[in-house]
Amino acid sequence: MNAAPEIVVEGGASIDGVPLFAPLSLVLRAGEWTCLLGGSGVGKSTVLRLIAGLQTGATFDGAIRASDDQPVVPRVAYMAQDDLLLPWADVARNVTLGARLRGEKPDAGRLTRLLGRVGLADHAHKKPAELSGGQRQRAALARTLMEDKQIILLDEPFSALDARTRADMQELAVELLQGRTVLLVTHDPGEAARLGQTIAVMSHRSLDHCAVPASPAPRRVDDIEMLEAQGALLRLLRERAA
Amino acid sequence: MRFGAPLAAAVFAILLWQVVVVFTALPRFILPGPLLVAETWWANRAVIAENTLVTGLEVLIGLVVGSALGAATAIQLASSRTARVLVQPMLVFTQALPVFALAPILTLWFGYGLGSKVAMAVLIIYFPVTSSFFDGLMRTPEGYLDLARTMQASRRAILWQIRVPAALPSLASGLRLAAVYAPIGAVIGEWVGSSRGLGYLMLLANGRAKTDLMFAAMLTLGVLSVLLHLVVRKLTARMAGEAR
Repeated sequence: MNAAPEIVVEGGASIDGVPLFAPLSLVLRAGEWTCLLGGSGVGKSTVLRLIAGLQTGATFDGAIRASDDQPVVPRVAYMAQDDLLLPWADVARNVTLGARLRGEKPDAGRLTRLLGRVGLADHAHKKPAELSGGQRQRAALARTLMEDKQIILLDEPFSALDARTRADMQELAVELLQGRTVLLVTHDPGEAARLGQTIAVMSHRSLDHCAVPASPAPRRVDDIEMLEAQGALLRLLRERAA
Repeated sequence: MRFGAPLAAAVFAILLWQVVVVFTALPRFILPGPLLVAETWWANRAVIAENTLVTGLEVLIGLVVGSALGAATAIQLASSRTARVLVQPMLVFTQALPVFALAPILTLWFGYGLGSKVAMAVLIIYFPVTSSFFDGLMRTPEGYLDLARTMQASRRAILWQIRVPAALPSLASGLRLAAVYAPIGAVIGEWVGSSRGLGYLMLLANGRAKTDLMFAAMLTLGVLSVLLHLVVRKLTARMAGEAR
C-alpha cells in the first residue's frame, strides 16, 4: 500500500435550495483518525458519502481533493452502522465481496490472515445470522480491510454495539487501520474523545475543531484527559444545537 | 408445516357436505354426496389417472416456461430504465385483459393438443412471477448498493451478485403463486378445446349430468394443485429463507 493521502473537503451543501451545512473546510490528515462529531441531521454522513462518491440527495458546492492529486473515490473503503453482510453468503464470501464483485480472484492467504486478526478464523463458513452483533461487525471490519484501501470511511460503525463490545471494536479498529487516513462519523462524544487525532464538531452553521487529548489513541476508557475532552465535546455539541 | 389442523378442517367440511346431502335429499345430478363422489372416483380411477397425467404435464411445462419467461422479464426490467418505460405499462395493460378470452385463439394458434394449454398456463402465471420478482429486484437494501459502489462494482456485478440473490425470496413467493395458478390455466385451455385432461373430463361429465364424476375430477385437480404448491414451497424454501 502506498502512503495514505491527506483529504481536504471544502464547500457547502443544500437540499432543494435549503442549506444543509454552511461552507466548511475539513482536513483528514494523512494516516490519522479524524472524528466528525455532530447531532442527527447536521449532514455529517453527507460529508462522508460525498467523499465516498455515493448519492446524497444534497447538492454539494465545493471540492474534495487528495494531497497527491489522485482520484479519491477508487481509494475508499466504507463501513456503516449496519454491518451490511449479505445474509446468503458466509463470512469468507462476505469478506471477499469486493474482489468477487470486480471479478477478481480473492487473495486466500490475506483472507485467512485477516479473519485471524479479527478473531473469526473459526467462523469463515458461518452465515451472518449465526454470528453475534460484535462478530458481525468484526466481519464487516475484515471486509473493509480486505479492500486494502488508503482511505477508510466509517459511518457510526460501532454505535449499535453494547458498551463492552464497542470499546473492544474501537481498539481493534485503531490497531488494524494503522497508517490509513480514517474518517469516523459519530454522534458519541466519548468515541470521538477516545479515537480522534483530529476532532471536529459539526452543526448546520459551523465546523469547530476541538482540542484533542495528548495521549495516543485509542485512549484508555478511564483516561482523565479523555473524559474531560468528552465533557467539553458534549458541552460544545449542546451549545451548537441551541 | 403442520397438517393436523387443516386435515381436521377438511374432514369437518366433508362431514358437513354429507349431512347437507342427506337432509336435503337433492338429486345426485344436482349435488352428489362425498361418499358417492369417492365411489365414482374409485370406479373411474384409470380414466382419472390418465387425464391427470395429461393435465399434470401441461401444468409442469407451463410452470417451467412461464417462470423462466417471468424471471427473465423481471431481470430485464430491473436492469434497464428504457425497458421499464416501454414495457411496464403494457404489462399492466395486458393484465387488465381477461386472458380466458384468449383461450379459443390460442387453440387456433397452438393447436388442439398440449401447446395451447401450456400457452394458457404460461399466460396466467407470467405476470405474478414477473411482478413479484421485479418488486424484489427494485427493493434491494440501499446499504448493499452503497457498499458495492464503493467497491467499484459494475452494474452487471451488482445485479447478479447483490440484487438477484436479495430478490430470491420475492421470486419464491411468485413461484408459489404460480404453482396454484398454472393448473387453472391448463384447465381453461382444456375447456375451450381438447380431448384429454381433467378439464376435458369435467366438461364431459357435466354434459352428461354425471355430476359425481365432475366433482371427482375437480377434487383431483385440487389435490394436484395443492401437491404442486407444496413441492414448489419445499423447493423454494432455501431461496426464501436465506436472503432475509
